[in-house]
Amino acid sequence: MTHMLKMTGVRKTYSTGVVQVDALRGINLDVLAGDYVAIMGPSGSGKSTLMHIIGCLDVPTAGTYELDGTDVSSMTEKELAEVRNQKIGFVFQAFNLLSSLSALRNVELPLVYAGTPAAERRERAMAALTKVGLADRVQHRPGELSGGQQQRVSVARALVTDPALILADEPTGNLDSHSTAEILDLFDELNAAGRTIVMITHEADVAAHATSPWHIYDGQLRDEPIGAGAAK
Amino acid sequence: MMDWAETVRTAIAALNARRMRSLLTMLGILIGIAAVMLTVGLGQGAQAQITEQINSLGSNLIIVTPSQTTSSGGFRGGGGSASTLTTQDAALLANTAVAPDVAAVAPTSSVSGSLQSSDSTWTSTVVGTVPDWQSVRARTLASGRFFTQSEVDSSAAVAVIGSETATELFTTGSPIGQTITINGQSFTIIGVLDSAGSSLSTDEDDTVVVPITTYAAQLSTSDNTNSVSSIYVEGRDADSLSAAYQEVKTALLTAHQVTSDDADFSVSTQASLVETATSVTGVLTLLLGGVAAISLLVGGIGVMNIMLVSVSERVREIGLRKALGATPSVIRRQFLVEAGILGMLGGLIGIALGFIGAAILTPVLGMTVLISAPATMIALVVSLGIGIGAGVYPASRAAKLAPIDALRSE
Repeated sequence: MTHMLKMTGVRKTYSTGVVQVDALRGINLDVLAGDYVAIMGPSGSGKSTLMHIIGCLDVPTAGTYELDGTDVSSMTEKELAEVRNQKIGFVFQAFNLLSSLSALRNVELPLVYAGTPAAERRERAMAALTKVGLADRVQHRPGELSGGQQQRVSVARALVTDPALILADEPTGNLDSHSTAEILDLFDELNAAGRTIVMITHEADVAAHATSPWHIYDGQLRDEPIGAGAAK
Repeated sequence: MMDWAETVRTAIAALNARRMRSLLTMLGILIGIAAVMLTVGLGQGAQAQITEQINSLGSNLIIVTPSQTTSSGGFRGGGGSASTLTTQDAALLANTAVAPDVAAVAPTSSVSGSLQSSDSTWTSTVVGTVPDWQSVRARTLASGRFFTQSEVDSSAAVAVIGSETATELFTTGSPIGQTITINGQSFTIIGVLDSAGSSLSTDEDDTVVVPITTYAAQLSTSDNTNSVSSIYVEGRDADSLSAAYQEVKTALLTAHQVTSDDADFSVSTQASLVETATSVTGVLTLLLGGVAAISLLVGGIGVMNIMLVSVSERVREIGLRKALGATPSVIRRQFLVEAGILGMLGGLIGIALGFIGAAILTPVLGMTVLISAPATMIALVVSLGIGIGAGVYPASRAAKLAPIDALRSE
């Protein structure tokens, strides 16, 4: 199997004024194509920082990070933007849809930045929305959709560029149990179809859907939970 | 890379989402552009009118007027306000041996006169001159005839009156052959002038023209009956006008025994009169336009302010767009286009307002407000430039936002 994501000795240090914070202290993580990885951890464990680095929203202070065979650890902001555009599909906790745009236009956005022609954009966005079961809601604005539907729009947006990796940050954090089940089923389906998924969460039952759960504590990854933590 | 059509579409959507604010922001640019267009339009209108008026004086015209010397030599003989020009000067300039490029010469003197006809009384400017005045000033007669050289020689009590004067003095019937008194002296009217056609001033049409000899004998208030208030000279044609100008100047300098530094007269052509008048209105236009331009600057600052607010309000949106693959330059361009559209829309509405204002002001002020096509184009380019200029700083702030900071802010 090919490596979709390979992190070696990744460290991230923030200096806020005089205090230095070691958010990540040497992360080694291998994700193969078709894996469904969950990363669990309490707040302050460094899981957001890890998500930012996996998502190429930030670069590590030390260590190397290869995404789909490309070393992204020392890329410029412009190059990172292109990598995010082409290789990563984001699903955020707060959906992060633009409220003034229709579902279709929201899904088209990554293709707009990729420079895809308008007709092809529309076609691919329609296909992605159909895949998440919202073909009849394409002209609705986010405000006119339920939370679950909004999250499905953002899954469609993550899928539309056919990325190497789907990165979900607490995707069910703002959803009721019914919608949570819907979204998790959707992820299961996508994974079954061969998609590589990395999901950050603090809920054990959500993480249980993943094929390989990881735990992060104090900036380090473990394959077992410690203490009376979040996972069983 | 995101294409331009999509960038513009996104910018318009963003401005449309905050319609009221966009409108208020535009107002600054709008008022500035309208104010600049109106002030510059007023200046240009005034300039065009003055030019037209000067050109209506005649063609290939050279005007000699007396002037006080400015040299440090002090007073000149004669002193005070006495004119330094005389009928002898006019005769000298009419001599083709002295000034071969001069076609006609008309010395004139004028005084305010109270006129009385059988119908009414009126006050007008009374001009004493010679028959050549008619050709030099390019005037035609509506009825009757101009006076002749022999009437000048015999100091005949005849008068030619302007069209305005004619309507004021005679309510019914033809003025020709009627007798009027000017400052108590009787004159027979032999002709009525056509309207000079100048729109701004009716002075040219409210006048009484009499032979210069009659004027000197009966109407002049000056001690020296030879003195004249100005000499109008007509050049042979446009090409030899500068030669005629030189001849006039040289002849008078020699006759008055002065150098050009302490000349007691000044010679101007229509072109130089237009130039002087234009430079005065030009300075005024620049001054008023400058004040209006400051309001434009304030409008630009308003755009910058709102764009800064907009950037900080849309931090999350910017972060999301960056996460989805917008590069810093795409984000920068997005905000520049937004600011540019604000500026340009403000400019367009401002231009429309300028045209409406011009249409309203023209009859109200009785002055032409001239809005030219180049001025309109410049206004549009300037408003676009102000918008983009005001957008530079906010746009670079947006472009520099780190995507994680932007996504985090809730």
